[in-house]
Amino acid sequence: MNTKVLRLTAVLATATVAVGALAGCSGGTDTGGDASGTYTWWDPYPQHAEGSDWAKRVQDCGTQAGVTIQRTAYDTTALTNQALLSAQDGTSPDIILIDNPAVSTLADTGMLSTTEELGLDTSKIEPNLLAAGELDGKTYGIPIGANTLALYYNADVLSAAGVDPSSITDWATLDAALAKVSATGKKGISFSGINTEEGSFQFLPWFWGAGADLADLSSPQAVEALSLWKGWVDKGYAPNSVITNSQNTVWEEFLTGDFGFAENGTWQVNSAAKAPFKTGVIQLPAKDGGAAPAPTGGEFIVAPVQKDTARYETTRKIIDCMTTTEGFVQTADTFAYYIPPTEEGQKELLTEHPDLKTWVSAVQDAKGRTSDNLGTKYPLISEQLWTAVQNVLSGVQSPQQALDAAQTAAQAATSK
Amino acid sequence: MSFPVLRERAEVADDTVSVTVPHPRRRRARRGGSPWVAAAFAAPLVIYLLVFYLWPLVRSIDLSIHDYTVRAFVQGDAAFVGLDNYIAVITSPTFLPALTNTTLFVAVSLVFQYAIGLGLAVFFRSHFPLSGVLRGLFLVPWLLPLIVSGSTWSWMMNSDNGIINSVLRAMGAAPINWLTSPDTAMTAVIIANIWLGIPFNLVILYSGLQNIPADLYEAASLDGAGSWRQFWSITFPLLRPVSAITLLLGLVYTLKVVDIIWIMTRGGPADTTTTLAIWSYREAFGTGQPDLSPAAAVGNILIVIALVFGFVYLRAQRRQENS
Repeated sequence: MNTKVLRLTAVLATATVAVGALAGCSGGTDTGGDASGTYTWWDPYPQHAEGSDWAKRVQDCGTQAGVTIQRTAYDTTALTNQALLSAQDGTSPDIILIDNPAVSTLADTGMLSTTEELGLDTSKIEPNLLAAGELDGKTYGIPIGANTLALYYNADVLSAAGVDPSSITDWATLDAALAKVSATGKKGISFSGINTEEGSFQFLPWFWGAGADLADLSSPQAVEALSLWKGWVDKGYAPNSVITNSQNTVWEEFLTGDFGFAENGTWQVNSAAKAPFKTGVIQLPAKDGGAAPAPTGGEFIVAPVQKDTARYETTRKIIDCMTTTEGFVQTADTFAYYIPPTEEGQKELLTEHPDLKTWVSAVQDAKGRTSDNLGTKYPLISEQLWTAVQNVLSGVQSPQQALDAAQTAAQAATSK
Repeated sequence: MSFPVLRERAEVADDTVSVTVPHPRRRRARRGGSPWVAAAFAAPLVIYLLVFYLWPLVRSIDLSIHDYTVRAFVQGDAAFVGLDNYIAVITSPTFLPALTNTTLFVAVSLVFQYAIGLGLAVFFRSHFPLSGVLRGLFLVPWLLPLIVSGSTWSWMMNSDNGIINSVLRAMGAAPINWLTSPDTAMTAVIIANIWLGIPFNLVILYSGLQNIPADLYEAASLDGAGSWRQFWSITFPLLRPVSAITLLLGLVYTLKVVDIIWIMTRGGPADTTTTLAIWSYREAFGTGQPDLSPAAAVGNILIVIALVFGFVYLRAQRRQENS
């Protein structure tokens, strides 16, 4: 009898713990400081430990505002979840540095104060970069720097194939270059078509470069962009593994020296310089010439709503300190992959590092994923977009079929 | 054993009994005295069960019967929607393929894990030089962190520079797009999962084998039974209780597998490796916008499936005890 009850409990318990862990995400945090002299700060840079240059900079801004900053670093995805949980508990930190597409998600919950409420000046920030923090006419944060995508090339492979990188100005010339590189036995290009946000991030420059709009995934322009990628895989210009490649894998493939081109971000600048072959970078071409808008990456500095509104004054001072021209350039230097979001900052960065010119123009041409007032609709659309890319690259559907289905699903999801 | 030893033990036992048996009445009084003490002893376990088992379950059900958007999650004003989430999940075009994928993934994984695990257990039953070391080596998949084994498998199965395809090419066969083709992705993740599950089956079945008395095999071989006959007439039937619990635990473990599939294919391509667990995880954490309520609904459906099999196991067990 007893053993039976015990066994029943065990079965129940095993089943519960096994699956419950999937859905029951809970946890608490009590780092929202109440001590008036201590301000809490969260950022997604666990690689910068206490005592690092970055930690010191944060602390300096606190000292200038007359307070101590208690900094906690989380992993990027964990940070969004932690921010939501802390808002639910009413224990939000004073300042969060958060990945730009997450700003509208947080803002939509009502947990962020607007830059107007805080009295922050955003007039100098480039509008294309600020757009990711705008929702329904209000601004919820300031970008502390921006990064984006461009096309790295292996100069040795290109010269062996007789390709001049400066001749690549549109899709047709890029296609011709890939054909030449493939003819030498090397692979043309690697990119990330994985079924996560990274896949959408990498596809967007081609999508936007064809003239397509996220509001209509099934437009003829969108079909052209997806057909371009599919064509590269079919013709063997790109390896079949692009279907599961993350951006890191793309970079590892590029570093093998077997690839002509790789689509990757500002964060690989240092690694490219250390590569065992000569590398260069050009902006991603649009279909009919010129540079395609690439999506912006990078963090926003935001201030969650506090019960004690007297704290905003100091919070404003800390944010101001991080967002001066000097502050932006310092941030760019600390991270080696951030382009300042203001014209002055960009000028100053270029006098120090003239080699970042391509990246500065790429950032100037870039576009926020949540822009066009898509806001919280973007993640829903993006999921359908990467699904369509997957279905086409793996040969399940034609570009038109996949994008039609994606548009129907995105519409259903966003009109809820 | 020799006699003196036994007698010595018996004497000690006698002494102890005569000294420690307390007065019957006193004993009864103490036992009925304080239910609080009993409760206090049970408390740690009860609290543990409430906090770590009941609360997540209640929370998961709570999430699934409300409409928790991100905004509602923060503001705590999620609307009660009853079974709407469950209806939406079950009528979703993803549900049937996910259920089919789950069934296929679990069934094929279990059959192979069990068969190979049992084969290895029987193999290691007969001791031979280095058998212990070899058996230990078979546990490696269990000891490796899943992120390591998952990444290694996806590297080995890479279409262009994976080692499996290099071998295929060297042998003159056509390479297979293991993880990037909708036709083979499920096979690929099942292979990896079988490899992961073999040690668990091996260990439990091997320990089950130790409980089968050796004289049964002696008697059988005297009666002229070959090793094949011995396996089907002695090993397999006597191992049935252990097999049942191994399969039940394996089922629960396999139902909830997220990590290995997520690392290798993220449920793709074209949802061909999306199981119910992957679907639940993706809804909650795989996109930029957490959809906690449908995720919880899918998770709860999985709990129900695991429970059903738990009860099937209990019934089978009871029938065996009665017979």
